[in-house]
Amino acid sequence: MNRVEVINRRAFLGSMFSASALVLVARVLPVEAMTAGGDVDNAAWHPSVYLGLETDGTVIIVAHRSEMGTGIRSVLPTIAAEELDADWKRVKVEQAIGDAKYGSQNTDGSCSIRDFYDAMREAGASARLMLERAAAAKWGVPAAECKAQNHEVVHAGSNRRLGYGELASLAAQQPAPKKEELSFKSSAQYRYIGKDVPIVDREDLCSGKGTFGIDAKMPGMVYASIERSPVLGGRLKSFDDQEARKVPGVEQTVVIEGFKPPHGFKPLGGVAVIANNTWAAVQGRERLKVEWESGANAVYDSTAYKQQLIETVRKPQRAVRNVGDVDAEFAKGGKTHEAEYYVPHLAHAPMEPPAAVAHFKDGKALIYAATQNPQAVQDTVAAALGIDKKNVECHVTLLGGGFGRKSKPDYVAEAALLSKAVGKPVKVTWTREDDIRFDYYHTVSAMYLKAALDEKGRPTAWLQRCAFPSMMTTFNPATASASGGELGMGWTNVPFDIANQRAENGPAQHHVRIGWLRSVANIQHAFAIHSFVDELAHLAGRDKVEYLLDLVGQPRKVDVSARGRLAEKYPLETGRLRNVIEIAAKASDWARSKPTKGRALGVAAHYSFLTYVAAVVEIEVDATGKIRIPRVDVAVDAGRVINPDRVKAQFEGAAVFGASIALMGEITAAGGEIQQSNFHDYRVARINEAPIETRVHLVPSDAPPAGVGEPGVPPIPPAICNAIFAATGKRIRDLPLRKHKLV
Amino acid sequence: MTAIKLNVNGKEQTVEVSPDMPLLWVLRDTLELTGTKYGCGMAQCGACTVHVNGEAIRSCVTPVSSAVGKKIVTIEGLSSDHSHPLQKAWIQVNVSQCGYCQSGQIMQAAALLRQKPKPTDSDIDTAMRGNICRCGTYQRIRQAIKQAAEVKK
Repeated sequence: MNRVEVINRRAFLGSMFSASALVLVARVLPVEAMTAGGDVDNAAWHPSVYLGLETDGTVIIVAHRSEMGTGIRSVLPTIAAEELDADWKRVKVEQAIGDAKYGSQNTDGSCSIRDFYDAMREAGASARLMLERAAAAKWGVPAAECKAQNHEVVHAGSNRRLGYGELASLAAQQPAPKKEELSFKSSAQYRYIGKDVPIVDREDLCSGKGTFGIDAKMPGMVYASIERSPVLGGRLKSFDDQEARKVPGVEQTVVIEGFKPPHGFKPLGGVAVIANNTWAAVQGRERLKVEWESGANAVYDSTAYKQQLIETVRKPQRAVRNVGDVDAEFAKGGKTHEAEYYVPHLAHAPMEPPAAVAHFKDGKALIYAATQNPQAVQDTVAAALGIDKKNVECHVTLLGGGFGRKSKPDYVAEAALLSKAVGKPVKVTWTREDDIRFDYYHTVSAMYLKAALDEKGRPTAWLQRCAFPSMMTTFNPATASASGGELGMGWTNVPFDIANQRAENGPAQHHVRIGWLRSVANIQHAFAIHSFVDELAHLAGRDKVEYLLDLVGQPRKVDVSARGRLAEKYPLETGRLRNVIEIAAKASDWARSKPTKGRALGVAAHYSFLTYVAAVVEIEVDATGKIRIPRVDVAVDAGRVINPDRVKAQFEGAAVFGASIALMGEITAAGGEIQQSNFHDYRVARINEAPIETRVHLVPSDAPPAGVGEPGVPPIPPAICNAIFAATGKRIRDLPLRKHKLV
Repeated sequence: MTAIKLNVNGKEQTVEVSPDMPLLWVLRDTLELTGTKYGCGMAQCGACTVHVNGEAIRSCVTPVSSAVGKKIVTIEGLSSDHSHPLQKAWIQVNVSQCGYCQSGQIMQAAALLRQKPKPTDSDIDTAMRGNICRCGTYQRIRQAIKQAAEVKK
């Protein structure tokens, strides 16, 4: 899907390389935009990758995606280093600033490897070929006799050798090769791909040396803390900053105008206190007296809204997928089963709250930010300041977690606006309270499922209805139903072999900002579908793994043609889903582990971000009725894996993230105001609550690489709840478990 | 503002800050020791953990005035070259994902090992449950603590 055009054009890169360096610009030309179907980012993309070689032999590879814990800023460069046959010890990774010339930098949707694997390989292979040709020209021998290996080019006949650095200037004079001239290593030749190459930040991250957004500093910088309307869209009526300004260190207050809908990534608006340190800014802010005009969203009450969503899914709604005739099957009057499920709002709560530093000077904005999307920073800051986006220079720091929150640069625009107002560099640090109260929340959802069952308890008809406010309300507040992208996340692509299936989606309005959270709509869809499968297996009196495999059916390709070209490269293959279910069952000793009172296994398997994942979760319930998760077995088929250790880490982390959702994740609202504020009332799993051991079983595969950051999350909540049912007979249909006194 | 004398990582320093300012912000904003992180401001997450006279404390709720005359050690002072047994174990086990909470995790674990050189799983749960890791690196944190305990003897 990538078309690479390699250009040898030094000037394109500016100051990152010395004048004599070989610099490759492997620019992938625009391809058709990915359309609806399982992907968050549907924007057109123009990926490009830069690789340079200094005359001292240093290879510089530009990491254009954001590092928030996946290891991506190390792992993508290893792919280019592989095809270049570079010595990894002599590779320097440089973080890109935000610039459309790099292609999409929106580190989101579990697609960094998927979208840039080919481009990175082609960049490395191009540079390798140019080095080989340069050596051949110098030695006066055919290029075919010259082979690059481990940072030098060797002439086989004479055993002459030249290091990459020695060849850099000569290679720079070589014309850039055409794509059809490139050759690639075989898997057997890989030194880095498929190996656990340590990430470049590993030592810094355990010695306090990594620079996150909250750590960024500029000379003469001041610090801001911002009081915002507790209700979305509320307007500032009046404020009194007399007491605030008395706090030592406080310099001034600045009003940030409220947004005009859509809220997009715009600042929410509010009153900022500017001080010479973070603490003084927060102290000053606490002494502000502010009155708000709350507006229409003050009606929002999450208890009432829950009921409204449930009422919605009890009634027929818009069909979004239809196979066979569900109604005719139900009309036969045979045995049926139905159930309703609910998943509340969730907050991202990355350990580093949103933070950014901005300096607006002479019509230009210089930014340091923890952002998943520096190009969105350019657009958002440019719009806020009324300048061209080329005048926004956004440096990407390390991110202390992102999970989708830091794709939305409202906090960066706040810093930019404040810098313009005070004429100095400004750091905006969100407090944890800001982070929990003003998030772009994971949506709130209700699901209704109904099945008609044959004599073996197998569904002959399957109806599923969902309703939740769409994240697309971010861009169009009038959006009243789920988008194709959201429904493509485990709703319209349920891979079960059932003759009659209908998926429906009902209307829902938003009253808070709705965003995308790690694995997005898959969270609620997988919870409902895999809880329901477990209920049906129980009713049928059948083994749950055997029943699940029966529903998945024989190996075949499921029609996901709505995805266009993505479907060709990544067909949904039920054989691969079966395989991960079987691996997880075997690894967990499913067949021999009979549930006892107090201890049981639960299973769920979900396909998302083009990756097949099955999880078997073991639950223990103690004498007081509280649960613990001793073990999780996760089987994963994500196609080719570049760095197995970092992929395993993603699935270990996803098991904890999923456990937080199942056990205690819940954001509620009353009078339009979010009722949680910090980790005491928005709880996330701690070491004594998280799964003790997660064993990740990776399926060896040469299939194109798929996603790994998100797909580990969706199967965890249903697998936990299914295990709880097996251990206690208690069926949990609304999350979190904390409401049911199980945590 | 008051002139306050602090001993941070073995170095005597004088800072001009308000005595009720939490140690966290003195470390981060005044002394530019940004390895210690803000996470919650109310002793709920442990990201700000440092040692005061060898004990792990939450610097986000510790007024700087209460640390006067005591030995403050931050992640930057645990070792200059990530050579502390816990840091070595953290590296070997590849614990960090985003890494933001890991300064606090390591400082908390260092205090644990000083008290209990051979911690049990239950000791680790009790000592480490105040430190949140949203990436979910807990099982590797547990493994690294045990590994460091072996090395330390």
